[in-house]
Amino acid sequence: MPKPSNNISLRRRFTNSLALGSITIAAIIVTIPLFLILGTVVYNGVGELHWAFFTQIPKPVGEEGGGMANAIVGSLELLGFASLIGVPLGIGAGVYLAEYGRNMAGNIVRFTCDVLNGVPSIVIGMTAYALVVLTQKHFSAVAGSVALGIMMIPTIARTTEEVLLMVPQTIREAALGLGIPQWRTTLSVVVRTASAGIVTSIMLAFARVAGETAPLMFTAFGNMYWNVNPNQPIAALPLQIFNYAVMPYDQAHRQAWTGALVLITIILFTVILFRYLANRGVMKGAN
Amino acid sequence: MRKALAKERSFADPAFRTLVYLCAGAVLAIVGLIVYELLIQSHLAISKFGFKFLVKQIWDPVNEDFGALPFVYGTLVSSLLALVIAVPLSVGTALFLTEICPRALRSTMSLLVELLAAIPSVIYGLWGIFVLAPFLRKYVQPFLGSYFGWTGLFTGPKYGIGMLAAGVILAIMILPIIASITREVVLAVPQQQREAALALGATKWEMLRMAVLRNARPGILGGVILGLGRALGETMAVTMVIGNRPEIAKSLFAPGYTLASVIANEFTEATSAMYLSSLVEMALILFVLTLIVNALAGLLVWSITRGMPARALA
Repeated sequence: MPKPSNNISLRRRFTNSLALGSITIAAIIVTIPLFLILGTVVYNGVGELHWAFFTQIPKPVGEEGGGMANAIVGSLELLGFASLIGVPLGIGAGVYLAEYGRNMAGNIVRFTCDVLNGVPSIVIGMTAYALVVLTQKHFSAVAGSVALGIMMIPTIARTTEEVLLMVPQTIREAALGLGIPQWRTTLSVVVRTASAGIVTSIMLAFARVAGETAPLMFTAFGNMYWNVNPNQPIAALPLQIFNYAVMPYDQAHRQAWTGALVLITIILFTVILFRYLANRGVMKGAN
Repeated sequence: MRKALAKERSFADPAFRTLVYLCAGAVLAIVGLIVYELLIQSHLAISKFGFKFLVKQIWDPVNEDFGALPFVYGTLVSSLLALVIAVPLSVGTALFLTEICPRALRSTMSLLVELLAAIPSVIYGLWGIFVLAPFLRKYVQPFLGSYFGWTGLFTGPKYGIGMLAAGVILAIMILPIIASITREVVLAVPQQQREAALALGATKWEMLRMAVLRNARPGILGGVILGLGRALGETMAVTMVIGNRPEIAKSLFAPGYTLASVIANEFTEATSAMYLSSLVEMALILFVLTLIVNALAGLLVWSITRGMPARALA
C-alpha cells in the first residue's frame, strides 16, 4: 500500500503547512502582550516598592515619597462589603438555578444572569450612583461596594449552578430516601459536597472585581486621606492607579506603576490559586 | 419523631425555597432596577432631544445642547477595529490549543491566555499610555502612513494616542474571550467528523477547514459577538488611550471618544441636570447595544453547545 502522503499534491501540502504555521504563529503572538505587560509592570513598578508604599498615604502632588496604604485598605474594605452582597445572593441564585430552576422560570433567571454579566461595569456604577449616592447625597464606600457586589452575583451564581449540577443525582435521592427534608439535603449534602467548587467560584468573582475602576469613579470616588468609614468616600487601588496615570508628574507615574504591580500580583495570585484548585478536581468540568 | 420531622418539613422546606427564590428574584430585580434608573434619570434628555440625540454631532455643555453621534461612532469603530485584529488571532489560538499544541504544553498555554483575561482594565490603560502609544507613534504609524496612507485611514498627525491605540488595546483585551469560546465550540465538534475527513484523505488543514470550522461556525460567530459586547462596554483602558475628543474623523490616527469614556470623564463634573441626563442617556444607549449583542451571542453559542457546560481542557 502506498503512503497516503504520496498522493497529496504539492499545492495541498504547501497550503497545509502554511495554514498550520499561521495558526501556530497566531498562538505565539497572543502570548506576547501578556509577557510585555507583566514585564513592564514589574520593571517600572519595583522602583517605588518600599515599605513606605504599604504604610503611608499619598504625599501632596509633586512631592517625593508617600504610598498607597489608604488605597490598599480601601480596596480590601470595598471588596469585603461587596462580598457581603454578592456571595449570599450569588450562591442563593445558583442553588435556585440548580435545584429548582430546571424549567421556564429558571431559564429566565439564567438569561437574566447572563444579561447582568454583560452589562458594562460603568453602567452598573451609574445605577449604584442613582440608588445609593443620590439618596445619601454624597459619595461613599457603601455605594462602591453595592456596585462591585452586583458585579459578583452572576459569576458566582452560574459557577455555583455548574458545580451543584455535578453532584450526582443519586446522592440527593439517597439523602431524601433517608427521610431528610429537602432543605437539609440541599444544604448539608449537595452544597456541602460542592463547597470547594463554590469557594473557587467566589475567588473567581473576587479576582474579577478587584481590578474594577469604572464602577467606583462616581460611587466610592477615591480619597487622598485615610478613611475606613463606609459612609465616606474611600480610596481604591485601581482608582488611585488611574488618577496617578493621567497626572503629568513623573513621581505620580512611578507610584501608578507600583500600584499596578501590587494589584496585578494580588489578582494573578488569586487566579492561579483558582486554577490550581480547579485542576485538583474540585471543579472538574466547570470553567 | 416522625411527626416532628413532618412538621419541620412542612415549615422549613417552603421557607428555604422562598429564601432561594428571593435570591433568584434579586437578580431579576437588579436588572429591572438598572433599566428603571437609566430610564428615569435620562428622561429629561430623552424628552428634550428625542430621537435627534442619536444623530446630532454637538457636544456643548455651556448651551446644554447634546448629541451622541461622535460617541456612538467612536464606540463602534474602536470595537470593530478590535475585532478585525482579534478574530484571526484568537481563532488561530483556539485551533492551536485544541488541534496542534502538544499535550504537555496545553495547560500552560491556556493558563497564559486566561491570565491575559485577568489583567485589570486600568493596567491595560497604564501600559497603553506609556508603552503602546509611544511604540505606535514611533514605529507603526510612520509605516502605515507611508504605505497605506492612500486609503485615507492612516493620515494626519501621529500622536500615538487615538482610535488605533484604542483598537489595539481592545483587541488584546477581547482575545481571551473569543479564544476560550472558540475552543469550547471546537471541542464540541464530534471527533468522528475529524476522523471521517482524515480517512477521506484530507490534509490536517483541510480537515480543520471542512470538518471542524464549518461545523463550529455559528458558535465561533457567537464568541466573536460576545467579544464585541465586551469591547463596546470597556471603559478605563479606552478612556486612557483614545484621546477623548468628540469628533468623527476618517483617519484612525485621529483621537476619538466613546460612550463609556465620556461617562467616565464627565459624569462627576456634569453641572446641570440636562448635562447629567444626557450622560445617563449615553449609558442607556450603551446598555441597549450590549444587551442586543450579548443576547445574539448567547443564542449562537447555545445553538452549538446546547447548554453543555464548558469542558475542561488538558
